Amino acid sequence: MSNGLAPRLRRPSGYWLYLLPIFIGFLAVVGIPFGTNVYFSLFRWKGGAAPMRWNGLDNYATLFADVEFWTSLRNSIFMVIAMVVIPTVIGLLLAALLTETIGRRFGPRIASFLRATYYLPQILPIAVAGFMWSWILDPSNGAINSFLQSIGMGGPDWLGNPDLAIYAVMLMLVWLQIGYPLVIFMAALSRVDPELYEAAALDGAGKWRQFLAISVPTIRPEIFIVVLTATVAALKVFAPILILTGGGPEGSTVVPSYYAYRNFFELSQVGYGSAISTVMALVIFAIAALMLWWQRRQETI
Amino acid sequence: MSATQTREKVRLTPTPTQTRAQRRKPSEWVLLTVAVIAGIAILAPFGLIILNAFKSTQDYSSHGPLSWPTSLSIDAFINYLGRVNFGQAFWNSLVISLLVAAIAVVLSLMSAYPLGVGRVKANGIVLAVLLVATMLPHEALIYPLFYGAQATGTFNTVWSVIIVFSVLQAAYGTYLLASVMGAIPEELIEAAQLDGASRWQILWKVLVPILRPSLSVLVVFFFIWTWNEFYIPVVLLADQSSQTIPIALATLRGQHNIDITVLNAGSLMSLLPTLVFFLLFQRTLVRGVAAGAVK
Repeated sequence: MSNGLAPRLRRPSGYWLYLLPIFIGFLAVVGIPFGTNVYFSLFRWKGGAAPMRWNGLDNYATLFADVEFWTSLRNSIFMVIAMVVIPTVIGLLLAALLTETIGRRFGPRIASFLRATYYLPQILPIAVAGFMWSWILDPSNGAINSFLQSIGMGGPDWLGNPDLAIYAVMLMLVWLQIGYPLVIFMAALSRVDPELYEAAALDGAGKWRQFLAISVPTIRPEIFIVVLTATVAALKVFAPILILTGGGPEGSTVVPSYYAYRNFFELSQVGYGSAISTVMALVIFAIAALMLWWQRRQETI
Repeated sequence: MSATQTREKVRLTPTPTQTRAQRRKPSEWVLLTVAVIAGIAILAPFGLIILNAFKSTQDYSSHGPLSWPTSLSIDAFINYLGRVNFGQAFWNSLVISLLVAAIAVVLSLMSAYPLGVGRVKANGIVLAVLLVATMLPHEALIYPLFYGAQATGTFNTVWSVIIVFSVLQAAYGTYLLASVMGAIPEELIEAAQLDGASRWQILWKVLVPILRPSLSVLVVFFFIWTWNEFYIPVVLLADQSSQTIPIALATLRGQHNIDITVLNAGSLMSLLPTLVFFLLFQRTLVRGVAAGAVK
């Protein structure tokens, strides 16, 4: 009976209808705009009703020689350190600490309370987080420097010093990001059979050895997902830069997304802004594809 | 006498907490202290905001940001409300986030159906394209969207943002739901077909009840993501009447004659709705982050 029915019922043609809404939406919101963005990148254009002058690939050639663009790409590496490297490492250690030691010895309630605390910045509107930090880092009456003054030290101008500003931004991003890997890793660690740890302890393996030999390998898939999604997010960082530093001082904190924004809406160089954002998209795709390819290869070996 | 006996009994059958307490080593207390200090460090900025939102301007300028308020003042809140139409911004945020959450979930459900259950040909390509959409930087869409919104008359209205985010969030939702649907046993769907259910009925009467936990996670996430969005709303919602809460706060910052206490009050008011939402849906959020990772 089911043999006779199944082929007719599972005929996929009718299912396509259900994809129609997302297909139309995708075209209107992603496909056509992205295509248009690439098209704009081939013109010199001030935007609005101003004439569009064909420019070929000149915008891309200019971009290639543009020092500020290369600075923005270099700053993206700092964003990756602040949003991927540091939070993943700290998140791993904290997740292991909360599940293994605190959850087991002091009760799961304390562990889940701390987890919620660490996660809180993640649900904050980025605009609000930006204000909190621009004020905390303020040189004259910000919280950090007021504290430093009260113990008799002079604080630097965190966001106004070109050598320091990027680290100040990174500090905020670490604070913002830490909860994300932590929550994922804690959920993943609950998969580990506690007997594994007990057996390892009997064999004389210390906490650190157990962490490296049991915890980390078990949650490798989650580590990969966190690294991938956080890298993509780090390459797209925008609002913290706009709110904290506006790319300054002296262009020391400019990132590609902010550089594109400035060209679009402040410098009226829409063609050039389009070229920047197109390159940015390609860089993100290339890095994501590379990471996915590498992950596949690891699995098959 | 009997009291001591019961006490003895309690000791003979230790509860789990007791055995835990007995084995706690000094090193474990050190680790707990480290974790608690980290927690305090995360919470400190929130504490500072609350501390300074209730100060008067004179109090702040004479005693600095770290001192306790000399008296409780709500002037900063009144000042903030005088500059920003908070009620309007709150209403805009609420309408946008609720509608996006609802539309994006329905959209995700419909597009995941052929991919997860129907297993249409080329579903790998469709999913890859949707995944690309979630990675695309918004900068690479913004100028054409800005134009499109003006051309369709949705610029400076909540609708431009609703349409854009419904699609962008649904791209992620489709990806997640398709894999959840793929794990549903086929027999279940075949049985419903034998009972004479149409595809439409199977989706709503069979699949939706099964998928309820995943759907609620998606609703919560779509809501909060949309609420917090910055880049696209800041461009498309230039007019005060259509601004969301984060954008209203952002435009305020450009005014240089503004007191820190007012900014603190504004920040506190802007994060309160999110905080309430977080306390209500904390478990769902945490479950959702984890589910999203494994799927």
